[in-house]
Formats: sequence, C-alpha cells, structure tokens
Amino acid sequence: MTLDWKLGGVLLGAVFFAAVLLVKPIGVSTQFVILDGIVADALSPGFITQTDDGYTSTNAYMAKSDGKYAKSAANPLNYSFVFVLAMAAGALASALLKGGIGRAERRLPEVWRANHGDTPWARYAVAFVGGAVVLYGARLAGGCTSGHMMSGMMQTALSGYIFAAGAFLAAIPTARLMYKEG
Amino acid sequence: MSILLAILIGAAFGFVLDRIGATNPTVITGMLTLRRLALMKTILLAIGTGSILMFGGQMLGLVDVAHMSVKSAYIGVFIGGLLLGLGWAAAGYCPGTGVAAAATGRKDALFFIAGGLLGAAAYMATYPAWKATGLLDSVAGGKVTLGEVPESGYDGLFAVSGDLLGIALGLVFVVVAFALPLAPGGRTSRAVPAE
Repeated sequence: MTLDWKLGGVLLGAVFFAAVLLVKPIGVSTQFVILDGIVADALSPGFITQTDDGYTSTNAYMAKSDGKYAKSAANPLNYSFVFVLAMAAGALASALLKGGIGRAERRLPEVWRANHGDTPWARYAVAFVGGAVVLYGARLAGGCTSGHMMSGMMQTALSGYIFAAGAFLAAIPTARLMYKEG
Repeated sequence: MSILLAILIGAAFGFVLDRIGATNPTVITGMLTLRRLALMKTILLAIGTGSILMFGGQMLGLVDVAHMSVKSAYIGVFIGGLLLGLGWAAAGYCPGTGVAAAATGRKDALFFIAGGLLGAAAYMATYPAWKATGLLDSVAGGKVTLGEVPESGYDGLFAVSGDLLGIALGLVFVVVAFALPLAPGGRTSRAVPAE
C-alpha cells in the first residue's frame, strides 16, 4: 500500500530533517565507491594504505580530499556505510510488513511488462546498464537524488538546483520515449 | 552513538522510501513520464518540510548550523545530472532506491546495483581525465547557498537572509506540491500499482 502523498511527504521530509538535526544530510551514491574500494583492496592488497596522518590509495579518486574515501573503505563500520545497509533493512521491513511485493513484481516491474512484454533478461540488461550510467553520473556530479536533489535543494544549495535541472532534463524525455504505456 | 543513529535514520529512510512507492519502477516511471505525479508531490512536500524545519530550527538556535553540508557547484554537476537522469529513467532506480528495491526482493534492482558498482569503478578510473578538463572546477563560488546562512561557513549567492530564503523556498515547494495535479492527463488507472 502506497502512502497518501501528504503523509508520505511529511514523513520523508521529517527523515531528511532528522538526519541534518542529528548528524548530517543524507547521501547514498558515495557508498558505491566505498564498496568498490573495499572489494579492490581485498583483491589487491595495497590499493589502500595507511599513512602517518590518515589513509591514501593508488587510485586518485579514492585518495582525493586527504584520503577520506580511502579511510571510509578501510573502516566500513562508519556512519555513511552503515546508513546505506540500514536503509536496505528498513525497506525490507516495510516490504515484509505489507506481505511482500509478489512474485511477478520481484521478477519484473509492471511498467516493463506493459511496455516490453515478459522479457526479464532485456529488463535486467537495461537495469544493469542504467545502473552503470546512474552511478557514473552521480560520481561526476558529486551526489545523487538523495544528496544533491533532496538534501541539496533542502539546504538551498546552488549545486542541488543545477543537478536537479540536469537530471529532469534528461529523465523526462528518456522515460517518455522508453515507456509509452502505463 | 553515530552507528546507532546510522541504523535508526537509515532504517527510517528505507522504510519510508518503500512506503511512498519510490522503490517501485512503475511509480518512478509514472513520475518521469509526467503521467502520475503523486511521487513528485511527495518529494516536493518532503523538500519543503525539511527546509522549513531546518532553517526554522537554525533561526531558533535548535538546529546546529554546522550540520549543514553543501556540495560544490561545477559544470560536471550538470553533466553528471544529465547522465543520472538518463539512467534513472531507463532503469527506474536511483542509487538509494535501487538498493532499497533490491532489499524488497526486486531482481532487476540487483542488476542495477551490479551496474552501479561498475559505473562507480569506471568513474574512479577516469577521474583524473575529468579533473584535467577543468569541468570539476568550482563555478559561481562553488559551495554556495542561495541566501547567506549565518555561521554556516558557506557564501550566499544573493545578499539576503539565507534562513528566511530557505523558509520561503520551503513554502514554495509545499505550495507547488499541493498545486500539481495527481494525474495531468487524467490517467489514474495505475495510480495505485499492484503490490
């Protein structure tokens, strides 16, 4: 059951406010980099190294800003990484409490079936490529829908408005082109 | 303490994301095709609510201004936004909702996450090239807010009270949320997708 938009909007706003009140604005996309860093360091020890005053990496992006990403990847039990894991747990709890989303939805979302039929592997390919483009873009922009659009515009950050303009400018025609039904 | 807050706030965020329909690509696509705007109204109301509470709290001294974290403005923000928008529309997921959707059992969201890890790694590999183009250099002052927020450490783009402007813009978001129609084309058939 989807919440009425008025209640949902106030609840979502309250969560974003609670995050700023208690800790810092919500953001997610950086944690894809942190997980990549954890995996890379496990596969090739020495990817992240400890220095006299912190951490650094052989990768320039991990090493930037005095190695703050390298430090997070070396210590995954930090606020932002645990936040994303907890977010997944919260979504799971919500789904379980409403009795699950159903087998058909787990396999394919309704909007895909309505437009492109029962073609799960085409859907998974689009989701994979879409995911790659989303995260490449989010890292180039320095944030995603949560960090730039929601947290950023909430704080009246100029960057949040620039990001939202770009995102909707591309998203609306793409969605209308790919999903004519539904 | 910080880990406990991460668990509490993170879980609340994931729970609400699922309950507003943001983990469902059908709902996201309805918003991005502008056919069903309930989620758009939810998001606008959330930004407005968050803004009013935050800036109001800061004016009253109840919210620590140092908790603000403003990201830098540079040309790459716009280019990255375009790319994210493209993938967001194609997949029906953004980074947060993709992870949350995978947790609810959506198989395509697992592919989204796998692609996301590859995309993030590709950016890590190509970051020096972007840096060299100058597209990551700050524009319009970089880390700026629209108004001047006292003691935030961030410059204001305009010489007006950042707190008052924040509350005013928050109210604008709320008004727009109420003004937008639920279904501009009158198509409500999928307003409550089967779940």
